[in-house]
Amino acid sequence: MSFLALEKLEKRWPDGTHAVRGVDLAISEGELVVLLGPSGCGKTTTLRMVAGLEMPSAGRVRLGGADVTALPPSQRDVGFVFQFYALYPHMTVAENIAFPLECAGVARPERDAAVQRVAERLDLVALLGRRPRALSGGDQQRVGLARAMVRKPRLWLMDEPLGSLDAARRAEMCELIRVQQLADRVTTIYVTHDQEEAMRLADRIVVMSQGEIVQAAPPREVYDRPATLFVAKFVGSPGMNLIEGDVRAGRFVPAGAHASIALPNAVADGRVVLGARPEHLRLDPAGALRGRVALEAHAGPWRHVHVEGPWGRALALTSAHETHATGAEVRVAFDPAGIRLFDAASGRSLA
Amino acid sequence: MRAVRWLVIVAGLLFAALPLVWMGLSSIKHRGDTISQHLRWMPAMEAPADPASSSFEATSDSYRDLATVHAGAQHSFWHHLWNSVVIGVLSTIASVALGTLCAYGFSRFRVPGEKDWLFFILSTRFMPPLAVVVPVLMMYRALDLQGTHLGLALLYTVFNLSLAVWLMKGFLDEIPRAYEEAAVVDGYSRFGAFIRIVLPEARTGIAVTAVFCLISAWNEYGFAMTLNSSGAVTVPAYFAGLQGNIEGMPWPQIAAGALIFVTPIVVFTVLVRSHLLRGVTFGTVKQ
Repeated sequence: MSFLALEKLEKRWPDGTHAVRGVDLAISEGELVVLLGPSGCGKTTTLRMVAGLEMPSAGRVRLGGADVTALPPSQRDVGFVFQFYALYPHMTVAENIAFPLECAGVARPERDAAVQRVAERLDLVALLGRRPRALSGGDQQRVGLARAMVRKPRLWLMDEPLGSLDAARRAEMCELIRVQQLADRVTTIYVTHDQEEAMRLADRIVVMSQGEIVQAAPPREVYDRPATLFVAKFVGSPGMNLIEGDVRAGRFVPAGAHASIALPNAVADGRVVLGARPEHLRLDPAGALRGRVALEAHAGPWRHVHVEGPWGRALALTSAHETHATGAEVRVAFDPAGIRLFDAASGRSLA
Repeated sequence: MRAVRWLVIVAGLLFAALPLVWMGLSSIKHRGDTISQHLRWMPAMEAPADPASSSFEATSDSYRDLATVHAGAQHSFWHHLWNSVVIGVLSTIASVALGTLCAYGFSRFRVPGEKDWLFFILSTRFMPPLAVVVPVLMMYRALDLQGTHLGLALLYTVFNLSLAVWLMKGFLDEIPRAYEEAAVVDGYSRFGAFIRIVLPEARTGIAVTAVFCLISAWNEYGFAMTLNSSGAVTVPAYFAGLQGNIEGMPWPQIAAGALIFVTPIVVFTVLVRSHLLRGVTFGTVKQ
């Protein structure tokens, strides 16, 4: 039996918006699940329903086998990390961290000891006497994390905790969160719209779009085998190359081009979208698709080459040594192992 | 440009401070000097020989005489000041407490017809309060509230409540809900979060609202005069009642009393002056 279960969770706002549509999700103890999706996809609403900050319109939340759907947040024993920190401005860092313990009626000496322990883990000892306003964003969020950790809750819930930090701080904090989570093996739900963060952190990524779960799978699988066109575009930086066309007699024929690509698996004839990650595209004189170089850009050890043809646009990763003049004629070859096919009408992955 | 600015500031300062200064000077004069036909503005240690002199003999007699009961009055100034303090403090506490709770409800909960309710609350200030003086007088007579501390305190609370609700709503709207959500997740009840997080965060707003309520209750004259011409008479009504006194107006004592009377207001206003401006803009600054 799963530790946390969301069963047919629904949320409709009074203005009629259907924010969450029948979300079913089972999370096992110690798992770190990332809810990933663009803004407005219902991920934060889902998280807030788990915390009890929003009442679901329908459905249940089960925690440790018990139905907690109707419990107020204070009785769910969860730690919540907010996007904008939500540290109490009139308290010092130490008072902020001790606040949940104070409510639980923990005696002063034990409280101080617990605060000290958490502060040491998160490298906050020097900041304990300060006010939150005097801290940088990253430090404030470490305090937020400490406050969520100190009580050793059954669940950590994080709502885009790194959303307002700069890129360098974000990478550092990502690592910190994962290390702390692994140390305590606390079941965690982490909400973000940043797919790189999701990849770094997650045991399992749950991609959401328009209030529904589109795919729930380990990061590698979400990256390699996106369940829908939406996931293919959203996950990966840059996203998957997508080329529209038809399957005819086991070969892919791109729309508007006199060419065809052999497919690794047998697929029924019909309109499809072919997807391939940039690392599965090569510029090869023997390649199937003919096009011109539209743009070239440096990307560390790689070079991004944008190729344009009558069939559309595609991005290929080439080695940094290869250079291609803009406008040069090239041919694009596909690594058969990297080819994914999606149904053009439904957007769903075909095998 | 700079000179003009200073000129305007100094002129404004003089204009604002002159009544206070004159009150201060009058409070250390003998009665004769306050009604003299010559302008006497220079305090001196002894009486000048020339009757046309602009100096006068300074004395603290008026402050001592504040304890005397003047002809036609039943009590001394101190007794009336105490009435003002009781009524002002009671009504301020009640206005701020009720106003804060009411504003919190409007700020955080879904209230059907919220805008209409808020407008209704504001509309109670559209009418000059004195327009209802006769019905209030009759009601108070029926309820036996005339001349009592409770009666005036109740009335000032009613008049100040709309201001308190609107001011506090502006301040509470500025406090992010995330603080309360954090407190609730941390294990506090909704009310616990209100006490432990919202109230401390709203303390400047509460101070500003309290000052506004106190000022209006402290200075109110019309109802104090009509409802409490005897019984719990406040200072403004007491001073007005000294007119027509057969001994003549005791100007130095009035000036001394008035100076003491305005002091707490001035002190409070100075203490929260940096927040007052934010208060009068009704907390329109949103995050």
